[in-house]
Amino acid sequence: MASHTATAKPTIVLDMSWLESPAHTTRLSFRGTPAAIAAASSVFGVPLPTSACRSATVGSRSALWQGPDEYLLIAPESERTLIIQALTNELSAHAHSLVDVSHRQNGLIVKGPHAVWLLESGCPLDLDLSQFPIGMCTRTLFEKSEITLWRLAPDIFHLEVWRSFTEYVIALLSETARELAA
Amino acid sequence: MLVIHCPYCGDRPELEFSHGGQAHVIRPKDPSQATDAQWAEFLYLRKNTRGLFAERWRHVRGCGRFFNAIRDTTTDQFVVTYRAGEQPPASVVGGAL
Amino acid sequence: MSALRSPKGGRIDRARPLQFTFDGKAYVGFVGDTLASALLANGVHLMGRSFKYHRPRGLLGAGSEEPNALVTVIRDTARRTPNLRATQIELYEGLVAQSQNRWPSLQFDMGAIANWLSPLLPAGFYNKTFMWPRAAWHALYEPNIRAAAGLGTAPSLPDPDHYAQRFAHCDVLVIGSGPAGLAAAKTAAASGARVILCEEQSEFGGSLLDDRNATVNGQAASAWITDTLAVLGKNPRVRLLTRTTAFGYFPHNLIGLAERVTDHLAELPDGKPRERLWQVRAREVVIAAGAIERPLVFPGNDRPGVMLASAARTYANRYGVAVGRRAVLVTGCDAAYEAALDLVAVGAHIELIVDVRPKGYTPGPAEKAARAAGLKIQEQSTVLGTEGTLRVSRIKIAAIDSNGVIGASRSHACDVVLMSGGYTPSVHLHSQSRGKLVFDDALGAFIPGKTAEHSHSTGAAHGVQGLTALLRDGATAGAGAATAAGHVATPIMHTGVALDGNMAGVPGVLPQATSLPPTKAFIDFQNDVTTRDLALAQREGFESVEHIKRYTTTGMATDQGKTSNLNALAFIAGQSNRRIPDVGVTTFRMPYTPTTFGIFAGHARGDLFDPVRKTPSHDWALARGGVFEDVGMWKRTRYFPQAGEDMRAAMDRECLAVRNQVGMFDASTLGKIEVVGKDAAEFLNRFYINNWSTLGVGRSRYGILLRDDGFVYDDGVVARLAEDRFHVTTTTGGAARVFAMMEDYLQTEWTELSVWITSTTEQWAVVAVQGPRSRDVLKSLVSDMDLSPEAMPHMSVAHGHIAGAPMMLFRVSFSGELGFEVNVPARHGTAVWEAIYHAGQAFGITPYGTEAMHVLRAEKGYIIVGQDTDGTMTPDDAAVAWAIGKAKPDYVGKRALERPAMKRLDRKQLVGLLTVDPQTILEEGAQIIASAGQTVPMTMIGHVTSSYYSASLKRSIALGVIAGGRGLVGQTIYVPMPGRDIAVIVSSPVFYDPKGERING
Ligand SMILES: [Zn+2]
Repeated sequence: MASHTATAKPTIVLDMSWLESPAHTTRLSFRGTPAAIAAASSVFGVPLPTSACRSATVGSRSALWQGPDEYLLIAPESERTLIIQALTNELSAHAHSLVDVSHRQNGLIVKGPHAVWLLESGCPLDLDLSQFPIGMCTRTLFEKSEITLWRLAPDIFHLEVWRSFTEYVIALLSETARELAA
Repeated sequence: MLVIHCPYCGDRPELEFSHGGQAHVIRPKDPSQATDAQWAEFLYLRKNTRGLFAERWRHVRGCGRFFNAIRDTTTDQFVVTYRAGEQPPASVVGGAL
Repeated sequence: MSALRSPKGGRIDRARPLQFTFDGKAYVGFVGDTLASALLANGVHLMGRSFKYHRPRGLLGAGSEEPNALVTVIRDTARRTPNLRATQIELYEGLVAQSQNRWPSLQFDMGAIANWLSPLLPAGFYNKTFMWPRAAWHALYEPNIRAAAGLGTAPSLPDPDHYAQRFAHCDVLVIGSGPAGLAAAKTAAASGARVILCEEQSEFGGSLLDDRNATVNGQAASAWITDTLAVLGKNPRVRLLTRTTAFGYFPHNLIGLAERVTDHLAELPDGKPRERLWQVRAREVVIAAGAIERPLVFPGNDRPGVMLASAARTYANRYGVAVGRRAVLVTGCDAAYEAALDLVAVGAHIELIVDVRPKGYTPGPAEKAARAAGLKIQEQSTVLGTEGTLRVSRIKIAAIDSNGVIGASRSHACDVVLMSGGYTPSVHLHSQSRGKLVFDDALGAFIPGKTAEHSHSTGAAHGVQGLTALLRDGATAGAGAATAAGHVATPIMHTGVALDGNMAGVPGVLPQATSLPPTKAFIDFQNDVTTRDLALAQREGFESVEHIKRYTTTGMATDQGKTSNLNALAFIAGQSNRRIPDVGVTTFRMPYTPTTFGIFAGHARGDLFDPVRKTPSHDWALARGGVFEDVGMWKRTRYFPQAGEDMRAAMDRECLAVRNQVGMFDASTLGKIEVVGKDAAEFLNRFYINNWSTLGVGRSRYGILLRDDGFVYDDGVVARLAEDRFHVTTTTGGAARVFAMMEDYLQTEWTELSVWITSTTEQWAVVAVQGPRSRDVLKSLVSDMDLSPEAMPHMSVAHGHIAGAPMMLFRVSFSGELGFEVNVPARHGTAVWEAIYHAGQAFGITPYGTEAMHVLRAEKGYIIVGQDTDGTMTPDDAAVAWAIGKAKPDYVGKRALERPAMKRLDRKQLVGLLTVDPQTILEEGAQIIASAGQTVPMTMIGHVTSSYYSASLKRSIALGVIAGGRGLVGQTIYVPMPGRDIAVIVSSPVFYDPKGERING
């Protein structure tokens, strides 16, 4: 099929400084009862937020609210075994589920003065700071791909994208970035 | 595209939701005790209400939760949304259930 | 400079001329011109031919309401845009435009014979004439109608342009930037609200741009516009969009905006989209869309040179163009007198002003000004006709006496006729939002009534008139909207000074000597609907306005009643002795103006139409010439052809390699769900038909999932990783829906269970290694596991490492051979795939694709859900009833299986099919009949679901479903194909290794 993506217009040198791929990390899907969530907070060292669509970060570890009984725990890749063992051992009394999803998805950083502009091309949420403040995180859509969108700063967003959708999300963002190159 | 109030996440665009059919259709606890007619009603018979209608939605591209909503099928306006397992406020029950 | 162009004034730049062509002829216009204004300045009025009768047509209007002057703009071979309004095409250097709907030329059009045949083309003509014979539709009627009627020609090449889409949110969206819209935006923005202001035209200002004398707060209107925009432009909470049409009002205050980004540019900039779709979610919407002047309906009102008075004003004041040298104004509206004064100002002569209103009305300010200027006015008169071949040259006017009797007519020479029946508020968006309309008797038009959404109609769109009133109404609406959106807003009031002609008018159909005029009087110019058509529709019994609309096509298509709607209603009302509000209104449809397909497609075309999901072996397979197929959004390798091989040869080689040595297959697309919790086994017991309680840790089992209606929904292998942890696999296509169904039961039915599920589809890369040498291949790569049959029997699962990656290894087979499935965290997938390939060389390892996989499983009679089942098959129908845990009190679908219909012996059952001629391969989907030689309609007893050539068996094999099929094993049935009935023997679905010995290696 005829390509109309960035490669079709060789005259544009696309500035890709708005995109970064962070280092691989440990990603754990944690689900459980309120008691398990409370217990996990102390073991993981980050209070798992009980408010919807909020994140918490302590040092290099973050906990992202995904649903009322579901969190995405993010930590350095080297700490994976340690964290899994600690949580498994300490939470044996609490009903929960801990599943390693480190390879399920990729992280992307979209940053810079045009970050919101780029994301608004495919994300239906209101990204005004009053509606999507720093620290907010939520699953949503970027065109036909599910993403988790997490705001780190006014102009820095962290996206979690399932592995096989990553290329698609980057290609679409790049297509919109062509407007800025012109 | 509607705006739907997820009881967990707040107002979100319809794109993030999937519709789950009529609400408050309860699967019999012991299906073996249901007659064929009762089972057929559970499986197949649904309302087609003009006006207030209780329906299920799932915030599938959000928190993942199923929840219930009362929507006016003539105007597409939602009267209320509430969590799965809860009953709608008595003030709006009317013909919705 | 053209004599029709005034030496100064207007918003064009006379220092910057632009060359352009229309129908091959070169012309010159200026920066700031539209194609319409530039052609008018060159004396060109004839711009198109009408839709049905091919009548010559000129400009009616000056904006998006234009029904006649539809042209094609050609940039290059791929960029031909038909049906653009000349009034909205901004001139650029080198613009090439062509008229439409004419052959061989605009001046001489063969299709105009339709005009002379028009007595044969009344309303409902298509419905009536082409009823019979039916076959003639495709052969005769449709091609000829399509050739003769219709507008521009669609381009035949792919669209080379790029279309962007955006989501936007605001507190207040203001649609339209005339005095009311600007005042609304200014007030709303001052309150701190997030504001989007959109304007259909190339610059902000709306009707203020058409008024040469208006002032606001003592400032010239143009200066006030500039100042207001400067304030708005500096506010970071405000977004200003020109060339942007609000085309649709969708539920819950979602407005579709179409922004034309590059159409006005001579050079298309790289990277910019041609158009941009804005999906704006506004808390409050201010509709300041203005009002559109109505034509009058009289014989010959469609002749080129007959146009709306407001259009003449716009051309004079905004573009410095006199639309003619000698004008007659026919009006039932005070405001139209302003056009006469403006024409005089650009050097035209006003031959006569004809006021069609009965005497006794109170003259408005514009009429008084015209009288003071000494313009000649004839009162209480009507128009009996116009003359002129391709441009109006004379108009016949007759006075009406106090008894309503039409007097003798007098003909006046002219080169342009301006007409006005008053103004119609643009209620389109309000109506699209399901807002109610109410009839305003003073204005003689419908205005917005009760709203259904959070919208505020204001200004002329709300029936308000007078500059100060418009500014105040806009500011009030802006404050109301901002307040409703949660801000504290105070209306910023302005005082405007303008002539303020009254916009009220008359119902448009002018009195004629006979009730039905002998020549055509058009109500809907775009659809060629005349008074006669509407009268005929009513005579034939159509009373409802919605029925009349469909029968005559009035107000349909792209016009959406902008100029025709109220005149049609007034005529229908008059004919049936009803009041206009009693006739009712037709529904205003979106889009407000035609919108490209491209803008709706956006980026979703070509490679970006859908996500393309790739497996870890994708690039490896691509480099080796693998042929791919789409499975949902996934790309899967179908087969790996070697030099000179076709698909069949590649499949045969791949199948034989798995049967005789070893093959490898990328199974990563299978859905995977981790089910965890102390009640995990209980949950799976209730969910799948199988019994999971007896499944030991480290073992797996083939599971079948039904819906509660008892029909097979999905299948897959389920492994128990720990007492409270299961690894569930689903079909590739079923992953999302099985996950959703699990969540549904867990969240809403079995909330007492302590179980959670997590999708791990993309966590794992899966390489199936299948064949008698599969264990040997893995042994060479795995050092920390015992792969012996004793330690790793069929349907076992264990953990270890492979090629340095952590591995979850399944002993499992979808081929019937000894087999394993290697699961590694996905980022190791490519390396592990390559490691297995290299280690496998010593054992003759062969990569195989989905085609061979299908043959291998069909040889074993393994079903594929969705191919061999179709949503109406029970486990027994699909020959998998053995999997049912019969002692379980309940599972999803169990109760349904007890219904009598589910136990009938004549249900379609899965069987094997062996053609009598072993080289004949049946077609999948082919029907099955019990006996040969049947005539249509045959009695169909089943159909073929899977069919292949089996290289291992050296013959064709097929699976199918046949009513009572298992009782027919050994019998001959037939598959009817064109010219022959293929004889087939019903068999067991297991064709290869029926005892299942090979699976043990
Ligand atoms: Zn939610």
